[in-house]
Amino acid sequence: MNVVVCVKQVPDPNSAGQLDPATNRLKREGVEVVLDPGDEYGIEAGLQLAEASGGQVTVVSMGPEKALDAIRKALAMGAAKGVLVSDAALAGADALTTAKVLAAAIRREPFDLVITATESTDASTGVVPQMLAGLLDVPCVTFAKHVEASGGTLKVNRQTEAGYDVVEADLPALMSVTAGVFEPRYPSLKGIMAAKSKPVDRLGVADLGLGEVTSGEQIVGVQPAEERKAGEIVEDDGTAAQRIVDFLAAQKVI
Amino acid sequence: MAKIWVFTEVLEGEVVPVGLELLTKARGMGGSVEALVFSPEADKVTATLGEYGAATVHACTDSAYSEVLLGGPAADAIAALAREHNPDLILIGATYTGRDVAGRLAAALDVPVIANGVDVSANGDIIVQGAIFGATLMVQSKFAGNRPAIAVLRAKSFAAEPGGGGSPTVVPITTPVDEKHRKARVKERVVAKAEGPTLEDAPVVISGGRGLQDPANFDLLQQVAQLVGGAVGASRAVVDAGWVPYAMQVGQTGKTVKPTVYIAVGISGAMQHTVGMKGAKNIVAINKDAEAPIFKLADLGVVGDVLKILPQLIDALKARKG
Repeated sequence: MNVVVCVKQVPDPNSAGQLDPATNRLKREGVEVVLDPGDEYGIEAGLQLAEASGGQVTVVSMGPEKALDAIRKALAMGAAKGVLVSDAALAGADALTTAKVLAAAIRREPFDLVITATESTDASTGVVPQMLAGLLDVPCVTFAKHVEASGGTLKVNRQTEAGYDVVEADLPALMSVTAGVFEPRYPSLKGIMAAKSKPVDRLGVADLGLGEVTSGEQIVGVQPAEERKAGEIVEDDGTAAQRIVDFLAAQKVI
Repeated sequence: MAKIWVFTEVLEGEVVPVGLELLTKARGMGGSVEALVFSPEADKVTATLGEYGAATVHACTDSAYSEVLLGGPAADAIAALAREHNPDLILIGATYTGRDVAGRLAAALDVPVIANGVDVSANGDIIVQGAIFGATLMVQSKFAGNRPAIAVLRAKSFAAEPGGGGSPTVVPITTPVDEKHRKARVKERVVAKAEGPTLEDAPVVISGGRGLQDPANFDLLQQVAQLVGGAVGASRAVVDAGWVPYAMQVGQTGKTVKPTVYIAVGISGAMQHTVGMKGAKNIVAINKDAEAPIFKLADLGVVGDVLKILPQLIDALKARKG
């Protein structure tokens, strides 16, 4: 099974992100960037499914030149090839434009399965996987929390509000995976060395034949959110549990 | 605003709350409000949809939609309706299925989606407000593309209030499920019956993080939840570590909760988490690290050993019950 995994480089989720006040776009200079931690599960899922069936994993990303680092990490984990779409015209791209670019890049690769995270950690739109499936015209199994593959069929437990759905899908298909679906491996030293010589296709919008790129979303205002005020902080001296009970009683929830 | 559509879902014969929240919001934006519902039980909820503001309900009761994942065929049916009726704005709740429908619909109609929103307005431009970077920044974005505009809004962004609307006009949706959607089939729907209230509805939510040290200690949180009629949540760190299921995750990539009291146990307060709980009326935090960012949000913060305090809390709650 050949798998394409979509990945994104994002500002380190452990540090506060910033917008450039001049452009209202994500500030990328001087900000620590990492492979989106949510993508590591999809890469792991792809590697396990490909390894079990003798296929290979290609990682596809849209982002600035620096996003090559995120692709290299996926290659170090075991992916065979990378594709990076970088283009000044894509700065500020909305979800649908992003999906169109990824779909065009994926169509160039032979695939049985496309894997994504459920959403990116920075923009969190959470609709790109479904758009991609629509554009690629393949079945779309989202929010996978357990995955098995046999022959040309994928069996997935899909997270729902009430529990989960057991879903069977014919390949080729697209699947989005929740965190924890597989435990991501750490890149080995050998993997890191090998990643340096693995192929990465560098593409621009023109290579994808997409014509003019527009964004259907325009930021018109940014403000800091209202802050909560801190209340009383106490050191536990053995009475803290009772204080919490009193607090709950004062709020009339017990 | 001329015409707003609201996508609604039905679970066990009732409208999923975010649908009623969005109808309430749409009603206040002026113009006409119509609901979309895909469920064999749709007839059970049309009166409720009317009461919350839908003058018209487009209802699909075809059971074929239940045999597949709803996102694909529902998006096809809504796209066909939208081409015919030209709504200006379609509101969709950020549920698992809502996100499936929104993404597929946008691709089908080639229109933009603004997602992860917490507010929407339509005075001239249609503007969606979102909270980014762990809800430290509020961002307003306007739709610049073709119509309809699709806005995906987080649950609990608005209160659901009935508006005393009469019986809505029910228009059947008759679009059949295209064969291609049978390539992904639902073989079984497993309902995990949790005891007590859901995370979204509980008056008290008690969530655990890495500070609990061991997955087995989540049992202490369950005991507290049982004693106060609350629900148990978790930080992303322990969900990622496989301690508890994803369905329990509170935060950016999990659920948004707004209980009367939120109790964060052994959770440092990363922005990823706080975005999902900072709307709580009151916050109690227990953490051994006095510098933990969670204390900046807490109405009552306790610096101490969670594994010592939780058993004491359970005893004190039991003693109070008598």
